[in-house]
Amino acid sequence: MKPGAFAYLAPNSLANALELLEQHGSDAKILAGGQSLVPMMSFRLSQPALLIDLNGIDELCYYQRGDDRGLRIGALSRQRSLEKEPLVAEQAPLLREAVHSIAHPQIRNRGTIGGSIAHADPAAELPALAVALRARFRLVSTRGSRWVAAQDFFRGLLTTDLEPEEMLVEIALPRHPMRCGSAFLEIARRHGDYAQVGAAAVVILDSDGICEEARLVFLSVGDVPMEATRAAAMLRGERLTEEFIAACAEHAGDNEIDPTTDIHATADYKRHLAKVLARRAFTVASERARAQLRKES
Amino acid sequence: MSQLSLEVEVNGQSVQRKVEPRLLLSDFLRHDLGLTGTHVGCEHGVCGACTVLLDGEAVRSCLILAIQTQGHRIETVESLAPDENQLHPLQEAFQEAHGLQCGFCTAGILMTLRPFLEENPNPTETEIRQALSGNLCRCTGYQHIVDAVLLAAAKNKND
Ligand SMILES: Cc1cc2nc3c(=O)[nH]c(=O)nc-3n(C[C@H](O)[C@H](O)[C@H](O)COP(=O)(O)OP(=O)(O)OC[C@H]3O[C@@H](n4cnc5c(N)ncnc54)[C@H](O)[C@@H]3O)c2cc1C
Ligand code: FES
Ligand code: FES
Repeated sequence: MKPGAFAYLAPNSLANALELLEQHGSDAKILAGGQSLVPMMSFRLSQPALLIDLNGIDELCYYQRGDDRGLRIGALSRQRSLEKEPLVAEQAPLLREAVHSIAHPQIRNRGTIGGSIAHADPAAELPALAVALRARFRLVSTRGSRWVAAQDFFRGLLTTDLEPEEMLVEIALPRHPMRCGSAFLEIARRHGDYAQVGAAAVVILDSDGICEEARLVFLSVGDVPMEATRAAAMLRGERLTEEFIAACAEHAGDNEIDPTTDIHATADYKRHLAKVLARRAFTVASERARAQLRKES
Repeated sequence: MSQLSLEVEVNGQSVQRKVEPRLLLSDFLRHDLGLTGTHVGCEHGVCGACTVLLDGEAVRSCLILAIQTQGHRIETVESLAPDENQLHPLQEAFQEAHGLQCGFCTAGILMTLRPFLEENPNPTETEIRQALSGNLCRCTGYQHIVDAVLLAAAKNKND
């Protein structure tokens, strides 16, 4: 399996890359880490006339503290860097916890954060985590730039809000809230394989230990990251007891996901997994939030 | 098809070649440079047989275009042994612990492990299994591979 013929350009600035995208539109494809695009080209599922290689554009690789004291991540930052970057541990412990589930070390060394989000595989971790963390994405073209919330970005299977001449350049995460706990869990057949089901939970408590906000996002059980908003709303204003969490997980698994049967697992089994993972993830997240609360007092 | 000039350092030597953009790094190494120690199993990133080092980091050579290595540094399994009569300590450990049978997966496994052991000289068995999760072996059942890595780490400590 080899890719078909294409022309190749490696611009060394974002401005040049955007001009090329504008000129060539949907005939061109951006090459980031290549860990999804190159295999798709080898299978001839993708046959772009031109590849625009971003790997020489250093200005797209960075971690910075934002004006709101959140975290700004350059789209070309490698997935591997999530393991090592101190700002990630401080501002987005959920990403740090989940990174080992994203493929294998050799793939994380090349694969980029922006590439995974732009690719929008419903079994990928980063899109679901971005929704759980209320990330915003900066999309730019020669005509200007706009911000899109992660919840509005994923439109369908491998389909996003990006226009052909637009590029994702930055992922912005809001500041890690106080009394906030998060957890990520997934079940895969082998460490590093795409998950059969994964769940990310976020819990924010008020100073009395009452749940102020809860979020639950699944991966691999629909065409896009599946957020269980109604189930999470059940927890708001409550003390997070085992019973409440179990009821919320049950509701989410019954009503807010859309798993399909594949060669490894039936839809019913995935529904079962989703419930178990949601319960466990909320339990760990709320314990972590309570630990923050204790530290505060 | 148009050819581009590529200049890259491979196993310590600078090489220059004309390549088509669509040429994969794995094919460049094997066909253009004759470095057939790097194996190609699946050619879509799943098996790990083609793992080489790019600027010191383990990567799949079937998921990188040769032209993307312009100005970079590649190391293949051929770079491990210091000369014809000696093996690298990691290779010795694989020989002693029977860490291979047919050997098809071995080059990729060795190249995955070299940077892993440098970063993590005293790995646990779980860490070893996670590090090797992206390398498929159809023969050994992995047990002797894990033994070989533990042996290499232990030897390294005693040196
Ligand atoms: C064996 C294997 C196992 C894997 N397992 C997992 C896993 O468990 N979980 C997981 O999440 N992923 C997994 N992956 C995928 C991996 O994480 C990819 O790195 C990721 O999906 C794509 O990122 P990339 O940087 O490699 O993008 P590329 O492959 O370069 O690009 C992917 C797509 O996104 C577009 N694109 C890239 N960057 C941008 C940008 N900045 N703006 C606009 N469009 C852009 C490209 O044009 C292309 O269409 C696996 C891959 C392999 C080969
Ligand atoms: S040949 Fe490259 S990963 Fe299988
Ligand atoms: S030794 Fe035969 S595939 Fe691993």
